[in-house]
Amino acid sequence: MKVAAAGVAVAVLLALPAVLNAYALTVFVLIFFYAYLGQAWNIVGGYTGQLSVGHAAFVGVGGYTAAMLAASDWAITPWAGMFVGGALAAVLGGIIGYLGFRFGLRGFYFVLLTVAFAEVCRIVVSNVDALGGALGLYITFTGNPRQFQFQDQRAYYYVALALMLLATGVAALLERRRFGIYLTAIREDEAACEALGVPTFRYKMLAMLVSSFLTGLGGTFYAFYLFSLQPNTVFGIPLSVEIIIRPIIGGAGTLLGPILGSLILTPLGEVSRAYFGQSGLHGAHLVVYGVLLIAVVLFLPQGAYPALRQLFTRKRA
Amino acid sequence: MAVGLTLIFGVMRVVNFAHGDMMVWGMYLAFVLATRGGVDPYVAFPLCAMALFVLGVAVQRGLVDRIVDAPHEMQILLMLGVALVLENTALLAFGPEPARVRSRLVTEPLWLGPLFIDTPRLVTFVVAIVLTLALSMFLFRTELGRLIRAAADNPYGARVIGADVGRIYAAAFGIGAACVGAAGALVSPILPFQPPTGLSLSVTSFNIVIIGGMGSLLGAFIGGLLVSVAESLGAVFLRPSLKELFSFSLLIVILLFRPAGLFGKRAS
Repeated sequence: MKVAAAGVAVAVLLALPAVLNAYALTVFVLIFFYAYLGQAWNIVGGYTGQLSVGHAAFVGVGGYTAAMLAASDWAITPWAGMFVGGALAAVLGGIIGYLGFRFGLRGFYFVLLTVAFAEVCRIVVSNVDALGGALGLYITFTGNPRQFQFQDQRAYYYVALALMLLATGVAALLERRRFGIYLTAIREDEAACEALGVPTFRYKMLAMLVSSFLTGLGGTFYAFYLFSLQPNTVFGIPLSVEIIIRPIIGGAGTLLGPILGSLILTPLGEVSRAYFGQSGLHGAHLVVYGVLLIAVVLFLPQGAYPALRQLFTRKRA
Repeated sequence: MAVGLTLIFGVMRVVNFAHGDMMVWGMYLAFVLATRGGVDPYVAFPLCAMALFVLGVAVQRGLVDRIVDAPHEMQILLMLGVALVLENTALLAFGPEPARVRSRLVTEPLWLGPLFIDTPRLVTFVVAIVLTLALSMFLFRTELGRLIRAAADNPYGARVIGADVGRIYAAAFGIGAACVGAAGALVSPILPFQPPTGLSLSVTSFNIVIIGGMGSLLGAFIGGLLVSVAESLGAVFLRPSLKELFSFSLLIVILLFRPAGLFGKRAS
């Protein structure tokens, strides 16, 4: 039943570009991409309950690595570079995780540690001229698929869809195994886990590594979809907030939460940006995000997806 | 200037992501009062403080009170939402251009022999110190101040002796917001500001509070001093754009080795 529903959903998404216009296509690319980043964050932030507000740093590391490798003398294709970027992002994630978990930073202190690391990355990158400094890197458009660039928007659509399905597949796999159960248990009661002999440090580290690797992969997509990387945007706190807000509103620690959150927020953001932006009013979509975030924390602390599911099962009963 | 500003930040125990944005609202309030009503920011700061007090009480009563018992993470997310709303309503209302308030009361620089003193900075610094002293007097000498400290120390115990903890929290949050409002109005003639300034102000204030130690007056003072000295030294010896690197590195080291801060009491 579940597998069938997922199959139908994927089939619909695969067929969708045939009927969408160019604008709707870009909105869907963004929906998938942010759902992907949200899903990657979800592994450490949702399931494991380690609130990281520094995930933008992994996007930045991944994107810069792939872009630098592509522009270097070796001209390494971003298709390979993205994995190098993901690996470097995982190294950074490993450092943050090691320090944070080894020294037992929890709650607000862990949040601050992740923010501080992302800010350090931002400042360092904007001061290294080889990385483009504060102006950032620009990628020339060639439209060459070998360079992760496509003339056709539909290609980006399918790549973004594949990324989202990949992250969701990873999360689904984790959820079913002992690994995922340990992660949820750590979120609910870490001390009890430890008392039962669960190596909590090792599992938190693994969650952080998987999450930062996936987020780093996403950085390559970001770079080659937007053709530019600026330290203030890819390493900044606002991007981290964009990453975490979708899974939280959709339902942190659930498989479909990040996707649902992105389906709600991304079109809402795009529409209000297009609508208010024309009259010179910027930031309206962020006000909407903020109000939604407050409302979810107050009224649906589990997020929208568990609430929806409850609604449906109650109706059936 | 930085020390005076950070003193005020440091005394407040509630760490929230919206503080910087509240401060920016204090700045814009001073800006509106100055441009529309011709009120000098150095006169207007009590007004700004009062307005922010109301906002703070409203946020505490309307939002934070509902989830006091929820996990710490939820409170962080809630304040993140408040910060998003505050920052971007400021963006909608005032636009992205940097604003600056001109004070007519204090403009002449002061010459002390060969020393040049920027009077607006001096005035801001002095007022900030006076406010901080007044605040510590309030916290240590009055009944409400004692209750606030008691509730922060042990909410359950405070409830046992019959204190209305909800009301005390509201008062504390309101006073914190009022300080931020006053600080905003006071630095508005010195610091050009725009809506996104709030985020960096929040982050700087976290730095100082964590480095100095939560809820410690002396710690806040030293923390503010350390951060500003580290940043100025960094700016002199390396590049000005690298100066924040020092305060963040300092923050990471302190977080790891002395999470209670240099002068904070060890958290149980």
